[in-house]
Amino acid sequence: MSATTTTRKSGAADKAARGGKRKTRKAGWWLPYALLAPAVVFELVIHVIPMATGIWMSFLKLTKMYISNWGNAPVTGLKNYQIALDFNSAIGAGLLKSFLITAAFTILVVGISWGLGMAAAVALQKSFFGRGFFRTLFLIPYALPMYAGVIAWKFMLQKDNGAINHFFFDNLGLPGARPFWLIGDNAFWAVVIVAIWRLWPFAFLMLMAGLQSIPNDVYEASAVDGAKPLRQWSSITLPMLRPVNMVLLLVMFLWTFNDFNTPFVLFGGSQPPAGDLISFHIYNASFLTWNFGSGAAMSVLLLLFLLIVSGIYLLFMNRRKDRA
Amino acid sequence: MKIRTFAAAAAIAALAVTATGCSGGTTNSGSTGGSGTTLTYWASNQGTSLENDKEVLTPELKKFQDETGIKVNLEVIGWNDLQTRIQTAVTSGQAPDVLNIGNTWAASLQSTGAFMPFDSAAFTAIGGKDKFVKTAMDTGGVPGQDPTSVPLYGLAYGLYYNKAMFKDAGLTPPTTWEEMVTDAKKLTTGSVHGMTLAAGSYTENSHFAFINAAQNGAEFFDASGKPTFTSDGVVNGIARYLDLMQTDKVVDPGNAQYDNGTKAINDFANGKAAMVLSQNNANSSIASQGMKDNQFGVVAFPAPAGGKDIATMVAGINMSIFKNTKNKDAALKFVKFMTSKDTQNTLDKSFAALPVLAGVTPTFTTDSALAKTFEDIYANKSKPLPLVSAEDQFESTVGKAMNQMFATVASGGTVSKADIKAALTTAQQAVEAAG
Repeated sequence: MSATTTTRKSGAADKAARGGKRKTRKAGWWLPYALLAPAVVFELVIHVIPMATGIWMSFLKLTKMYISNWGNAPVTGLKNYQIALDFNSAIGAGLLKSFLITAAFTILVVGISWGLGMAAAVALQKSFFGRGFFRTLFLIPYALPMYAGVIAWKFMLQKDNGAINHFFFDNLGLPGARPFWLIGDNAFWAVVIVAIWRLWPFAFLMLMAGLQSIPNDVYEASAVDGAKPLRQWSSITLPMLRPVNMVLLLVMFLWTFNDFNTPFVLFGGSQPPAGDLISFHIYNASFLTWNFGSGAAMSVLLLLFLLIVSGIYLLFMNRRKDRA
Repeated sequence: MKIRTFAAAAAIAALAVTATGCSGGTTNSGSTGGSGTTLTYWASNQGTSLENDKEVLTPELKKFQDETGIKVNLEVIGWNDLQTRIQTAVTSGQAPDVLNIGNTWAASLQSTGAFMPFDSAAFTAIGGKDKFVKTAMDTGGVPGQDPTSVPLYGLAYGLYYNKAMFKDAGLTPPTTWEEMVTDAKKLTTGSVHGMTLAAGSYTENSHFAFINAAQNGAEFFDASGKPTFTSDGVVNGIARYLDLMQTDKVVDPGNAQYDNGTKAINDFANGKAAMVLSQNNANSSIASQGMKDNQFGVVAFPAPAGGKDIATMVAGINMSIFKNTKNKDAALKFVKFMTSKDTQNTLDKSFAALPVLAGVTPTFTTDSALAKTFEDIYANKSKPLPLVSAEDQFESTVGKAMNQMFATVASGGTVSKADIKAALTTAQQAVEAAG
């Protein structure tokens, strides 16, 4: 706050100085700029420049003939976008299919993760013996390094020597042939399950934190009025968690829709069509054929989609909040 | 949140940054070609493991340093990563001085313009073009241009069979495709299968798409370098290979998850399959699983009756020098050393490779019959993969499409010729869009 005031003051002083005789500036006028500079530089380097590069690439014919010298790549205008959005061609159809699979994947993963997180957070709301233990236990998937966790799943989901098939077919003695989990249609469910396992502890953590802020008296008062737990949940917990949920769902949506690591580690080099999530699809589209311009165009389309969805969501939620 | 939103757009840039971070700075300053220079060398995985490669190469690099005073920093890169690493190196310019490439990529990588062409001066520096076997040298790049790579190891596919299993079943090694299938059916009993394939490896799959199509006389590219993936010969060739699992049922459906050749070789060496298709460097992997040299034999991968007698593509490893190296002279000295007779003798033996030098006796096996079989396949029954710039795209798009076909078959579906043609049409469109 004080920094802004100083800036404004020194700005005014500058103008005055320029208008009249050249006076020396106030000592320390540069300090706020100096303090802001690192943030601005890093913002540029980490966000703005890569993004601008990506957008610029999407207008180029950046194939392997040109990648050793980007400057020579010819500008193709919107051609990369035309190819990506021509749903009658193989590339466009592939992108559309991948988009739909990702949408289904996101709805399932975010919905179920939120449900599990909510259930666990409510269950652990009241203090009881062993609560700390369960809290820690539930957070383990989130604390594990991503790669280690997903690789463990990859081993468990193997057809012939994986733990999942071993459990169902050797221990429980289920009839029938062991299914493949990582190839064919089951791959979709495999990646959904692993993604939920990854994501739900985050929902749990955020909701648990949110629940701490709800005063106990509200519950006590409602209990006096005869409200049962379900009614308490729907009439107190849920509305009071509204701000948390609003951010939580958006963040989970964005993470899940963009998820690259889970399918990449789970499926390795070639993803099955049923688990063809969009980030991974774009990566493959770029690297399989060295067509980085086309990949960049698809990325920009994805970015636009996510921006639009996030924008509408926030607008809608804020309206409702204002009305409430 | 913001980071996530932009992650997609920045993905490629970020990937480039991370991958470069992994590879580390490799630019070297200082005098070129003299002592005190340090070269960076990316080796491909030829031995039984990345560690094994390091153990084999380190003494040779030491010898090179003793001779010339040039130090070589070695990094061994697995096949799943090598192509991506090379792409990243080309894109970012953060590249090694010298590297190994799959010889089938030579023409593709040449078209990036990131590799040093071997002109006559460069060839003189490494001991002359004529020291190489012509079959191997022809894979160096697009015909009619200065090649950007020179052969290092020669490889060829062969059909390995388990001698004891064949003897017990009263069979002799097959000479036609039909015999091979009949034999494989006989040998498929219980948990043992007639054949094992690396059906989840896109490189292996694309190689066999090429070989089976070549047996039908079909080409993946026409004379002008345009893809012709959907011709009948190609579709039928892929269908024939796929049917080993689909209709002949001589391949365990579990093989659809074998994403590298070693997994199939292990099944063969452990008696789970009677035959395996592999390049001649399988010998070291087979031995590491405890199967003795006299327990298996090799014949040429047979063509169907009436087909062209093509058993392999001209496989192998080539060596390239990055154009922007600051140590060109040292790099050339290193290539000369690696392709010298002495070094080749040692490395061919350790990595079970065929000689790429003219007039050299193979050292990869002590079994002269085996050596002769592979030499015959390499010299007389081989065909180079298309020497066009889109070759690597053929490998990745067709190979990955075949991974999916095997996955469909393995998980109980069927893949008809129409399905194959549809998948190949998709692959062809992807290649055309990038062309």
